[in-house]
Amino acid sequence: MKEFRSLTSGAAVLDRPDIDTDQIIPKQFLKRIERTGYGEFLFFDWRQDPDFELNRPGWDGARILLTGPNFGCGSSREHAAWSLQDYGFDVVIAPSFGDIFFTNSVQIGLVPVVLPQPQVKALMESARTGLEITVDLENETVGDASGRSFPLEMDPFVRHCLLNGLDSIALTLQSEAEIGAFEARTTQPVSTAAL
Amino acid sequence: MPKTLFDRIWDAHVVRQAEGEPALLYIDLHLIHEVTSAQAFEGLRLAGRQVRRPDLSLATMDHNVPTTPGPIEDPLAKAQLEALRSNCAEFGVPLYATGSGREGIVHVIGPELGVTQPGMTIVCGDSHTSTHGAFGALAFGIGTSEVEHVLATQTLPRSRPKSMRILYVGELPFGVTPKDVILGTIGRIGVGGAVGHVLEYAGDPIRGLSMEGRLTICNMSIEAGARAGMIAPDDTTFGYLEGRPGAPKGADWEQALDRWRELRTDDDAMFDTELVIDVAELEPQVTWGTNPGMVLPVGGVVPDPTEIEDPDERAAVERALVYMDLAPGVALRDIALDRVFIGSCTNARIEDLRAAAGVVAGKRVSPHVRAMVVPGSAVVKRQAEDEGLDRVFESAGFEWRQAGCSMCLGMNPDVLSPGERCASTSNRNFEGRQGRGGRTHLVSPVMAAAAAIAGHFVDVRDWDGVAA
Repeated sequence: MKEFRSLTSGAAVLDRPDIDTDQIIPKQFLKRIERTGYGEFLFFDWRQDPDFELNRPGWDGARILLTGPNFGCGSSREHAAWSLQDYGFDVVIAPSFGDIFFTNSVQIGLVPVVLPQPQVKALMESARTGLEITVDLENETVGDASGRSFPLEMDPFVRHCLLNGLDSIALTLQSEAEIGAFEARTTQPVSTAAL
Repeated sequence: MPKTLFDRIWDAHVVRQAEGEPALLYIDLHLIHEVTSAQAFEGLRLAGRQVRRPDLSLATMDHNVPTTPGPIEDPLAKAQLEALRSNCAEFGVPLYATGSGREGIVHVIGPELGVTQPGMTIVCGDSHTSTHGAFGALAFGIGTSEVEHVLATQTLPRSRPKSMRILYVGELPFGVTPKDVILGTIGRIGVGGAVGHVLEYAGDPIRGLSMEGRLTICNMSIEAGARAGMIAPDDTTFGYLEGRPGAPKGADWEQALDRWRELRTDDDAMFDTELVIDVAELEPQVTWGTNPGMVLPVGGVVPDPTEIEDPDERAAVERALVYMDLAPGVALRDIALDRVFIGSCTNARIEDLRAAAGVVAGKRVSPHVRAMVVPGSAVVKRQAEDEGLDRVFESAGFEWRQAGCSMCLGMNPDVLSPGERCASTSNRNFEGRQGRGGRTHLVSPVMAAAAAIAGHFVDVRDWDGVAA
């Protein structure tokens, strides 16, 4: 997973609440067994509409997505996070996220930033006028080119993992002895080998 | 310090807790299906890792499988199912493949095999893993990276979620089912209402439910945004489990009962959020919009966005009505249907099928409706056929299919055509969920069954011959 420190970029605005992962990546693309190449299917159905926000000129190359509350609710499909990242987004800023989507994003280094709704709305206004947005994870601020700046609050451990691009499995395997000790002192209730 | 049910399960599974880090939780059971696992197994191969505990893992085929007999024609679905078969063989993970007799929707087979038990931690690469919380387990959905994490380590790092209790009071009225209870709850708190929380459903109306009913309620916890939903185990739970293949036997059973009876929330335990719902006020529910929180009692009318003050909410309702092709003020009972789907991990267990069959027995599906029943598992299908339910459905004009997720998410050939309107017993009415351009209304099995006969929604409480 790549490290994330700071990013300044144009931001795309998708101001809708409760965008579910079925919209982010419709089911017909979940049959693939690869991990890459999902960007072209991002918001596949919505992008058929020429007026859809991401089809508007001016936001090509935006690496930040500003969106509404409860973004990524619904299905656990990590393909949603893969498709956003593969499309070119490095950061999603929203007032809140679906829990599974948030975790999936962190796993792959797509940075989910939670800001209060009025601040997200303010940044949306900035982005609509073409101002670039800066997400500085190292110094814990989110701001725009006009000098507006908000504190970026993130769980310290999640921030640490994103800053350093840490591999979650490798981290856990450092505790292998403790996992073994847990298995030795407890009885796992079910064996699927003996049904 | 007083503890909640959740606290007891969490505390018993902490492998490691370092200051400033999430807890490392041990996972007792990892359920696997074809759609979210291929990339995880590939990740193991690339890193040269093994599955740490194949004996705590169990795979089945459900999302992609056709529900008609014969070979799979979709080459991508076929490749994904073949990948699951070869991955399970390579890594030693038990697999109930199509035709094994034990296959089915992963959240239906866990309970019916008796591998979903009180006090366990259970994960699966599927958001409806919350279903298993009905047994007093901590069960939650994960993405593919974490599927790989569990395969490699049998653990997951997790920060402690907030807790929320929904206390149900009153008496469940005639014709109001567990599906209506959970839809009514989500309508009240919204699809983001439980984000960051683990829910406990409590109170006498919950105690009075069968395991099937409790599974329906916990299943849709995720539709309120909850990380998990759970119900403390009791004699109903133990009665369901006894004698199932995965349940403890003999002296082990007695010891397990002693352990399981301790799994409850102390009277003076505190929750971060508490809510009381009087079920006597609930009616049969119908969703009218594009998320499960957009729901009203069947006697209601489609809402008018101009009466909504919040601009974001108003815009969302306007968009939903355009997608659903519904005008404000239309009575939900006047909405005509093209399709009816009885199935999914929410409502395709034997009790659901019995209830729906009771409504349609001796009647005929409306001539302009195509209706199908998809049992939740091969075991449910056999049991229903033993009871003659297949004949009841087929003589009423329903299609009787093989087990799978089917039209709940339309990854197999069972999909809505653009513009088709469906009454569905599933869990999500998102845009395009059942097929691009399809329009989904979520209801209970009895409401779906009655709608199939009438050709439009009806209040099942007025239905002639409805089973109590």
